[in-house]
Amino acid sequence: MGSARSLFDKIWDSHDVAMLPDGRHLIHIDRHLVHDLSSPQAFSGLREQGRGLISPHRTVAVADHMVPTLAGRTLACAVPGGAEMIGALEDNAREFGIDHYGMAHDRQGIVHVVAPELGMVVPGMTVVCGDSHTCTLGALGAWAWGIGTSEVEHVLATQTLVMRRPDAARLTLSGVMEPGLSAKDLALYVLREIGVHGKGMGFLELAGELVGGLSMEGRLTLCNLGIEAGARAAVIAPDDVTLEYLAAVRPDLSGSVQAQAAMRGLRSDEGARYEQELALDVALDSPQMTWGINPSQVVGLHEPLPSLETAQEGHMRDRLRAAYRYMGLEPGRPLAGTPVQRVFIGSCTNGRLSDLEDAARLIAGRKVAPSVQALVVPGSKAVKRAAERQGLDKVFRDAGFRWGEPGCSMCVGMNGDYVLPGERSVSTTNRNFEGRQGPGARTHLASPASAAAAAIAGVITDHRELA
Amino acid sequence: MKPFREVSGTVLPVDRDNVDTDAIIPQRWLITVSRNGLGKGLFGGWRYDDEGRPKPGFAMNLGVFQNARIILSRSNYGCGSSREHAVWAHLDYGILAVIASSFGPIFYDNALKNGLLPVVLPADQVAALMTQVNEAPGAACSVSLADNTVTGPDGRSYPFALDAVRRDLLLRGGDDIAITLQMKDQIKRFQECQRLTSPWLE
Repeated sequence: MGSARSLFDKIWDSHDVAMLPDGRHLIHIDRHLVHDLSSPQAFSGLREQGRGLISPHRTVAVADHMVPTLAGRTLACAVPGGAEMIGALEDNAREFGIDHYGMAHDRQGIVHVVAPELGMVVPGMTVVCGDSHTCTLGALGAWAWGIGTSEVEHVLATQTLVMRRPDAARLTLSGVMEPGLSAKDLALYVLREIGVHGKGMGFLELAGELVGGLSMEGRLTLCNLGIEAGARAAVIAPDDVTLEYLAAVRPDLSGSVQAQAAMRGLRSDEGARYEQELALDVALDSPQMTWGINPSQVVGLHEPLPSLETAQEGHMRDRLRAAYRYMGLEPGRPLAGTPVQRVFIGSCTNGRLSDLEDAARLIAGRKVAPSVQALVVPGSKAVKRAAERQGLDKVFRDAGFRWGEPGCSMCVGMNGDYVLPGERSVSTTNRNFEGRQGPGARTHLASPASAAAAAIAGVITDHRELA
Repeated sequence: MKPFREVSGTVLPVDRDNVDTDAIIPQRWLITVSRNGLGKGLFGGWRYDDEGRPKPGFAMNLGVFQNARIILSRSNYGCGSSREHAVWAHLDYGILAVIASSFGPIFYDNALKNGLLPVVLPADQVAALMTQVNEAPGAACSVSLADNTVTGPDGRSYPFALDAVRRDLLLRGGDDIAITLQMKDQIKRFQECQRLTSPWLE
């Protein structure tokens, strides 16, 4: 082994508690986030086995998936069964001594939005959550990844996970993006180029000038879509942007020379090796949007949709045909001009203040098209308050948007906010799977600006050309 | 976890790539605090119409697949959401093994934790099996973890690899939490050391 170590080597080495007799490693988990959807069965498992938590102060519970977004919400407006799940989280948090951010808490929100805001994630940490979009938090230089409920139970009981060292890769993004394009356009473009299979991407370091040029909120958006590429964790080495962000949310660490030096040191050494090195030279000149039913089926808004002949094998062509049928689209035509019935702005991908600002700039003084129902759900109470201080709520409401209370909402369609069968939705979220936003929903993943433009125009529109 | 040794039975073909966990169990069947009873939601969006009646065109609803024990799919099976409900739904329905050319990483781990065997075969072998199953609906396979082989409808053996430790845990029905709790003292020592050297990680 050479002395040059990758970002992954450094985080792995500093969390490797022990090797088990069977050769697997015990990896310490510094922060564990739990939410209302994936944790009830884990707590039940603990109870059945008579087990407790070994480090309850490292665990934080946030209600997000099942919470209603209606103004003045109470548990009574939750969908059937939802109140029980939200209540279970609260009861479990109380019973096991965990900090709890429930629906009424003034810092509640989507777990991946709230955790950075509250300074719960710092560079060099290991962070897990029973949620695949935990990869979002890699933007802060933490090794953050999604786990299932059995592993949630394992972390609650032991503050560790048992694993083999995963394959690690680095993706270097260079090139240029035209003004007006966002981290979401970049993320969608990356998905289009590298696909969804993520082979050997247990840990994916994102590097390069395009990544370094993103704000922290942009980085959170980019890392959020890591799992859609099949990368379980997507991590950006800490730099000035990271440490500036951290200074705001964790001022207590600013004075620690030791902490600052350690965080600065969290970068891949010159000559460090990953199992796989990828590079993309990007020349992004138009907004990107998904047209199909997986997040790599992406096009620029003015490009013709791919022909069936692009599929090499018969069964692939059938799948492409099925995607067109589901989405109600035809090969060869561009997405621009396609009528839209729903617009959703929010989620752990694009529910932060800068996302709402991007959308509001386009919406100010305009009206949502009569054929469109539009919803904006801030990612957290803090985002909502900050937006309201700027008057963004009024901008959205005056245009005809509904202004919701924070939660996952229409991204996952579980809380009563969903898209009706056959309706076309332009959404700032992360998954365009069949039925994701509701049975039969036709989802186009897009940036906040693209979503805002679709709301105003009533058709998919390049926001730079909005009349 | 119940030990897994082998399964033989009807193969249900799910002939697509990128079968995501939203498709395996759509959101409306996730509204529960229990692990049980999720089999009714398995592929719910493809299986039922808007009124909840079985869709006649979906393979699962055909008589020949009623007692399917094995699913055969293509690449990236179980991608997307981390919902372990997707694994519980397979087991509750009676599916004990899934054969595919690759799996979503979280689904793969979740499956192993619950005794659902994810079998990775090369894409050309998956394609060969798919052809056999599509040509003879209701055809059976067997999957033996003891021998690390799938036996296809054609009687051929298709060997597969699985991490030796995971294989052993499956065969024994072992519990990783119990194994880890034996290391509790080392975990505590690690935490004390981390508190001294890098307290900001706590």
